[in-house]
Amino acid sequence: MNILNILDEIEKVDGEVYERLNPRRKAMKDFFNFGSKVAAASLPFAIGSMFKTAYGQTTASVEQVFQYALTLEYLEAEFYARGIATAGLIPAGASLAAITIIRDHENLHVAFLRSALVSLGKTPVAKPTFDFSGGKGSGRGPFATVFTDYNIFLAVAQVFEDTGVRAYKGQAPNLLRQGPLLTAALNIHSVEGRHAAKVRQMRKERGANVKPWITAKDNGIGLAVVQPSYDGEELDTQAGVKITGINGQAISFNAATESFDEPLTMGQVLGIVDPFIV
Amino acid sequence: MNMRNLTNSDDQALLKEQGIYSSKLERRSFLRFAGAGAAGIALVAAGCKKDKLESGVNLGSGDIGILNYAYALEQLEAAFYVQVATSFYAGATQAEKDILIDIRDHEVAHREFFKNVLGTSAIGGLEVNFSTINFADRTSVLGTAKAFEDLGVSAYNGAGFLLRDAGYLTLAGKIVSVEARHAAIIRELIAPNSYANSEVVDANALDKSRMPLEVLGIASAFVKTKINANDLPTT
Repeated sequence: MNILNILDEIEKVDGEVYERLNPRRKAMKDFFNFGSKVAAASLPFAIGSMFKTAYGQTTASVEQVFQYALTLEYLEAEFYARGIATAGLIPAGASLAAITIIRDHENLHVAFLRSALVSLGKTPVAKPTFDFSGGKGSGRGPFATVFTDYNIFLAVAQVFEDTGVRAYKGQAPNLLRQGPLLTAALNIHSVEGRHAAKVRQMRKERGANVKPWITAKDNGIGLAVVQPSYDGEELDTQAGVKITGINGQAISFNAATESFDEPLTMGQVLGIVDPFIV
Repeated sequence: MNMRNLTNSDDQALLKEQGIYSSKLERRSFLRFAGAGAAGIALVAAGCKKDKLESGVNLGSGDIGILNYAYALEQLEAAFYVQVATSFYAGATQAEKDILIDIRDHEVAHREFFKNVLGTSAIGGLEVNFSTINFADRTSVLGTAKAFEDLGVSAYNGAGFLLRDAGYLTLAGKIVSVEARHAAIIRELIAPNSYANSEVVDANALDKSRMPLEVLGIASAFVKTKINANDLPTT
């Protein structure tokens, strides 16, 4: 990202951008000093920090998006950490290795989002207390056996990953034109997609009727309680274009729905994860 | 955003600057020639240069340019999987065939979707060049599939910030996670637990993003039709 390009673009819609920034010479100086110290990965957020100084009001929704993403990453990271820490739950070998990779990624996402929020001048939200039985603290929710039954553990993992993909997707429009902040969110979004496919494949290998992608609104788990994470995925019309049989091609309804993942709103996702947060 | 992306962006900026620089020079030398009374010759020369610069299929500008860019990549992927599924490589298991047929359908759906959304703004059909792929060989087919899927993921990730329209951004998001699912499962077919390894995921566990010029440079090995991305947005 070329900083001069960013400034040029802003000048097109805001002729006073340089005036907004110039009176804050100290802020710019701080920014460039800061930029020389931080890792390259954090640099975009330093840029965000500088713009926040000039355009304080625009970062509110960006902050909201990142706090929300951080909350979901806390949920996933702790879920996998507890699964791995539960002796005998995850079969040693390839399965344990696969889950360990995902846990490591979720921990890195937590760290990344926390540092991003700090760079934006915000305080990262604290990690909530979780109840992975989905019982809101009772420990007796619908997934009470999540850490004793490996199949249930993988089913909850699938729900978390598929929901995570939909959650990030739903926030993309709130990061429109946010440059590196949007790119970072997209780069996490597709990693969650990779995780989802892997977890689904692991379930398939254990006999579950699922594919790496989501067919119609099938949850592939058989529990009504997880259905809100899949409702809406049966869409086969995109931007007014019917995908089933499009242009005479032999695209089935199932293939049409698999071809596009659907977003969820922040409200929908918070409703889904609410039973897991004490 | 990692170091690699910053470097890529720098390259883009560099290319852009060189373009501006050379067009300025062109204009300057044109004026000099014109002053020397050789305007006719200079005009012909400038005309040739312009044709050469703008040869190939032009993707267009703005969001339409980005959608055509996606359309070009989906054409490439769809053509590949259509050929894969027409005659599977030796020893393909039923599970592998099921996956590859599904992916073929998804990519054809993506291709046709962009064609319809773009309507009269859509570029034509691209001519592909798969001469380096051995469709009878599992390693060659899956290796190419992996390269295409990872490239597609990085392309969508890298193009998101160029879009102006929130609706198009959401549509790109709906497709990129499916491409990520493809990439992951193809990688698993090649090597267990490589679904998101360090080839594609950086030290912050972020996937790659690539700018259009880099993506098209990589893709050009498989596309005979020359693609002109000069008018695509870069910021």
